[in-house]
Amino acid sequence: MSTQLPDQTEDESSAGEAEPTSAAQERRMAKKRERAAERDEKRQAEEAEAALADEETYHLKVFRYDPEIEGKKEPRFDDFHVPYHKGMTVLDALMYARDTYDSSLTFRHSCRQAVCGSDAMFVNGRQRLCCKTQLSDLEEPVRIEPLPHAEVVKDLVVDMEHFYDQMEAVEPYFQTNDLPDGELEEQRQSRENREKVKMSTRCIWCGACMSSCNIAAGDNEYLGPAAINKAYRFTMDEREGEDMKQQRLEILEQEHGVWRCQTQFSCTEVCPKDIPLTEHIQELKREAVKNNLKFW
Amino acid sequence: MHEHDVIVVGAGGAGLRAAIAAQEEGADVAIVSKLHPVRSHTGAAEGGINAALREGDSWQDHAYDTMKGSDYLGDAPAIETLAQDSPEEVIQLEHWGMAFSREDDGTVSQRPFGGLSFPRTTYAGAETGHQLLHTMYEQLVKRGIQVYDEWYVLDLAVSDEETPEERSCHGVVGYDVQSGNIEGFHARDGVILATGGPGQVYDHTTNAVANTGDGVAMAYRAGVPIEDMEFIQFHPTTLPSTGVLITEGVRGEGGILYNSEGERFMFEHGYANNDGELASRDVVSRAELTEINEGRGIEEEYVHLDMRHLGEERIVDRLENIIHLSEDFEGVNPLEEPMPVKPGQHYAMGGVETDENGETCISGLYAAGECACASVHGSNRLGGNALPELIVFGARAGHHAAGRDLGEAEIPTGKRGEWEAGDVETPVEPGAIEPSVEADATGGDAVADGGSGLDPAGLVERATERAKERVEALLDNEDGRNHAEIRAEVQESMTENVNVFREKERLEEALRDIREAREAYEDVGVADQSRTFNTDLQQTIETRNVIDLAEAITLGALAREEFRGAHWRKEHQERDDENWLKHTLLSWNEGSPELWYKPVLLEGENKRYEPKIRSY
Repeated sequence: MSTQLPDQTEDESSAGEAEPTSAAQERRMAKKRERAAERDEKRQAEEAEAALADEETYHLKVFRYDPEIEGKKEPRFDDFHVPYHKGMTVLDALMYARDTYDSSLTFRHSCRQAVCGSDAMFVNGRQRLCCKTQLSDLEEPVRIEPLPHAEVVKDLVVDMEHFYDQMEAVEPYFQTNDLPDGELEEQRQSRENREKVKMSTRCIWCGACMSSCNIAAGDNEYLGPAAINKAYRFTMDEREGEDMKQQRLEILEQEHGVWRCQTQFSCTEVCPKDIPLTEHIQELKREAVKNNLKFW
Repeated sequence: MHEHDVIVVGAGGAGLRAAIAAQEEGADVAIVSKLHPVRSHTGAAEGGINAALREGDSWQDHAYDTMKGSDYLGDAPAIETLAQDSPEEVIQLEHWGMAFSREDDGTVSQRPFGGLSFPRTTYAGAETGHQLLHTMYEQLVKRGIQVYDEWYVLDLAVSDEETPEERSCHGVVGYDVQSGNIEGFHARDGVILATGGPGQVYDHTTNAVANTGDGVAMAYRAGVPIEDMEFIQFHPTTLPSTGVLITEGVRGEGGILYNSEGERFMFEHGYANNDGELASRDVVSRAELTEINEGRGIEEEYVHLDMRHLGEERIVDRLENIIHLSEDFEGVNPLEEPMPVKPGQHYAMGGVETDENGETCISGLYAAGECACASVHGSNRLGGNALPELIVFGARAGHHAAGRDLGEAEIPTGKRGEWEAGDVETPVEPGAIEPSVEADATGGDAVADGGSGLDPAGLVERATERAKERVEALLDNEDGRNHAEIRAEVQESMTENVNVFREKERLEEALRDIREAREAYEDVGVADQSRTFNTDLQQTIETRNVIDLAEAITLGALAREEFRGAHWRKEHQERDDENWLKHTLLSWNEGSPELWYKPVLLEGENKRYEPKIRSY
């Protein structure tokens, strides 16, 4: 399945046109219409021109939806032809389309360098981080949709609340009873142990893994790969100690925890930070088994 | 109306640390941020955190290096506070579980960085900021601190006494990006701005799209002076096509810069005979551009940064993230070829004028992190000094706003201490197009009409009503100018005219361009009529902030007739301690910017920092 189309809502917005009440206002409206027409014309001309020089443009098909704007309440795809330059990413193309053709085109983005995790989207049928996806690696037309299995807020923006809730459900913070006494003394950690948790700490909360996971799609309470990976980061950190590990494994062993994973590797495949998510989940399963045997 | 003791605006390193600190002090604190905390640009910081943790190092040495790096424009009380508090704050992060790189004995690793007399840059691979941001957000979750995320702060609620020093701040106005609702936030004890830098003033920048300097611009328009805005750091190693940062850690670990002749120019052309690649950032950026301008650049645009000789093992161990960045954003595998690099806008040394407790001259209004200017960095920030600034001054602002006694600040704010009037000749009038009208209409300014007699909640309500009017006006002008064009023109002009090398005519050119942008902005409008996630509206408002700050940077650059730190002037090739050992301040003055100066404080706890010739 590609994009889930959200439920339609009643038009209850205040964005409807107000009745013109005065001549001045009418003149203003007429001027507005005129300028809008001019702008449309300009845009069409630009797009046509861009389309002509076909080799130098990329054709984007972008998912559009707005719960309160006429014409956008029914989800649709808009076409944009964006002039290409070497090194151009999907995010660059989206920004160009927004700044040049349609300022209402809406998507999250910030750092442009794959660390803020804002711009995971469904690009040509796969979860990708737009800022680190080169247009030249993609087939045309480039189809850009919001992350599947999440509610669409508008255009390419999805509601991340559920993802955040799962991340926060695993006690995602360091807990230890072994802090050193000395005021400026650090709690030592071996290089090996730091190496062990290193990949798990790279997560940027982009949600690509969760969106790609069939289990998460069917079980809303499943913690999901990102949250389990967050738990892995602490469970495997030697500084937390054995008691804490015990407590963490209990959380992970719950009905909607690690045992739900069916090892399909879709999360691992889409992770833009190359975190071995499935391996981490498997390792936690083994830890849980070992732990249970210990108490037999 | 929402109500809390302390409101923190922004959720990067400084904002998160401030919120935790306020709560440590017992306050009911909330964060209002236009991004979810983990999206903040602190996460992009790579190199590390300077802290004197080891034997053989001392806070005094850290302070001295910082003062020298600042080219004697930092204030000693702020610098010494940074150096003294940093070790404790770094160990605090370690105790919160931050995944620092480790030595064989299990202690945290430190490496050499530019301008440091000791390898005191504490790091986590080449992703120190990411680890710091996430560790701190974990603590926020643990403590249950409330975050209003994807709420964009439109304005401050400030009282309207005649002089800024008599005003007080009582809250902010927030715009809920998801719903379009505009609501007041009443802060009983204080508002802390932690909104980061203004990198979007330039088009080649390491900064995020979100870095539009909102807090600095809001504080400026509310009457708080902004300090040393002309000092912009251009990082010597950014990828040419995107501006993505390549950490100074590459040079710290031994990376070498080459020109097109294959010369190690930092030494061979005498830019820094002792420290070479590890000279201060301003020195290295000027050297690179000089090479390029003299025809020894590659493709007339960049130089090479080579780290292949470090060996794959060491690179993967300490700089792995750099391999990914270089491959993903420049298509170059740095294990096999040198990386193309050129200077790019990176950091603003200036910002909202504060004292060493983070407080501004408006009571109840604080600033910390890159948006603030205490001043720690003076005219040039050392690598590895931004992250400690976030945690040290974030913590101080949070504690102080929540009522902890940190002692009397030594740095005077506003026109309270010694100051002198300034004057700069400009080709066009800076400031608002119609200052008096602007003050009434936009609500972006405090109106100096002699006090309205409103109580704090009333002030928040009034600011909220004004913000609503401003937003309605923008939405009503559906077919007005698109902000993106205006912003792009400012960014291009700034990159063209107010860059590493500055000269009078070019600075004047920039001021003319900025004036044009202001005029265009008079007719700016928002085409997207939706109340749902209207980024068109948000960015239109950000663009106003970009314009105000571009102008402030350029005014400062034109006024300062000397060469100090990151500020190089063609007509004035010497550092002039006799006339310019002073901070540049700009007061918005209800739309007619006023330039003034205050002396640098070189008197430390136990010594005076005598300005010396700065060489590396």
